[in-house]
Amino acid sequence: MADEAAIRLSDVSFTYDGPPVVEHVNLAIPERDFVCVIGPNGGGKTTLLKLVLGLIKPQQGSVEVLGHPAHYACRRIGYMPQHVQLDPQFPVSVMDVVLMGRLGKGRGVGPYRRADKAVVLRVLDEVGLGKVRDRAFSALSGGQRRRVLIARALACEPELLLLDEPTAHLDPTVQDDLYALLRDLNQRLTVVIVSHDIGFVSVFFKTVVCVNRTVHTHPTSELSNRRVAEMYGREVRIVHQGGMEKIEN
Amino acid sequence: MIEFLDAVAKNSFLQHALLAGIFASVACGVVGSYVVARRITYVAGGVAHCTLGGMGIAGYLHEVYQWTWLSPLHGAVAAALVAAMIIGWVILRSKEREDTVISALWAIGMAVGILFIHATPGYRENLMSYLFGNILLVSGKDLYLIGALDLLVVGIGVLFYNKLLAVCFDEEFARLRGLSVEFYFLLLLCMTALTVVVLVTVVGLVMVIALLTLPVAIAGRFATRLWKVMVLATGISIAVTTGGLVISYQPNLPAGATTIALAGVLYLLVLVGARVCKTT
Repeated sequence: MADEAAIRLSDVSFTYDGPPVVEHVNLAIPERDFVCVIGPNGGGKTTLLKLVLGLIKPQQGSVEVLGHPAHYACRRIGYMPQHVQLDPQFPVSVMDVVLMGRLGKGRGVGPYRRADKAVVLRVLDEVGLGKVRDRAFSALSGGQRRRVLIARALACEPELLLLDEPTAHLDPTVQDDLYALLRDLNQRLTVVIVSHDIGFVSVFFKTVVCVNRTVHTHPTSELSNRRVAEMYGREVRIVHQGGMEKIEN
Repeated sequence: MIEFLDAVAKNSFLQHALLAGIFASVACGVVGSYVVARRITYVAGGVAHCTLGGMGIAGYLHEVYQWTWLSPLHGAVAAALVAAMIIGWVILRSKEREDTVISALWAIGMAVGILFIHATPGYRENLMSYLFGNILLVSGKDLYLIGALDLLVVGIGVLFYNKLLAVCFDEEFARLRGLSVEFYFLLLLCMTALTVVVLVTVVGLVMVIALLTLPVAIAGRFATRLWKVMVLATGISIAVTTGGLVISYQPNLPAGATTIALAGVLYLLVLVGARVCKTT
């Protein structure tokens, strides 16, 4: 039990043939943490995510996920991409999409096993989509589609949940519902959210990771105006508002 | 219609044509659905035009060097697979622009084909049937090859359905689940290549894309899951290839063009119908 970190980056630098996107990053996220990764556009959030998923390899330093090099751990991560990357016209049902989370678990060829379908039905109920499981993915609302993608990530039976912009362009009430769902999931999983929307940082989070080429970690309660201002390079202010903290320019 | 049935009973070439149409339809329904879903119809177009090179070379060797075992269809299979692997390699690995490379292959394949056909004595009239298809010329031997390709392509398409679906829908996620995305993408390209060869015999290489996409596009309006699109597209494709044969037989029209025109009209009707339903 030497290493309890779900994610550990040691002196990581990465570049796409140019200036470094992230540089000398040291980061340790403990298990069962509930983390929000924020930072300006082009600051390296997506790169950090890809490093953790093992989709890219750092030129320098090491990335360990769940105690293994990132590349070997990807099957134990439930990943939710930004939903805009997907073709909305694609002919798939909700059930089809969530079943993709079971890939790599069962047989090599042929249909999914009954056990895989049972897992999918369970996670669909958990995210509140049990009733629409036979609907077309394209017929759902934005909030529902995101729940489908969260369900797909959960169908992997992951130990770590990584979500890229789960709440962008959603109504505040739908956002709150999603955060509540994630907080419940955090009872048993490590949850990491990347948010491109700097407007709101929910106080649900335990830790905020600020990425802008370098990385700084803060407990949510200590996130100060000055710290955020330093990161965005301009004056911002944090307003406590209901369950959220709002960062204003 | 009765006249046509009568002719089918009497003439083996019409029976071959009908069977070739049905074989082609099954491949077209299954693989066409993947191709449209993954948005690689332009790859299918490039591969189709490259088959002319293969058919031209095979015809030349057959005629000039007496390689009697070699038929143009063999050349088409080889050319289609080579073209698919080159395009696949470019998309996955090379920094060249893929549309540029596909256009280049498209034209080079045609040029090679035309040069070899030109050099082959007495083979020039075949150019028309390669370009626009002549389903009535499908021989019993061709039918075996078409049937075998069909079985292979549809077998893979059904057996690896879940994985191909995942790779087409969300490549990155499939990769994270431990799937070799490159392998499945190349597999899909090879299936596309073989399907294109089957379709070339029915409608000719110029009109392959229409038969690969139109039935799927029509089916996609009614079905919400990929396997349902496949089943429906296969049915529609059988209807238009058979319908094309029936309609073209009596007035002696080109069967390939009639088939495509039929599919096109059906597609337009569905589009207009959907519009009307929406406004009322």
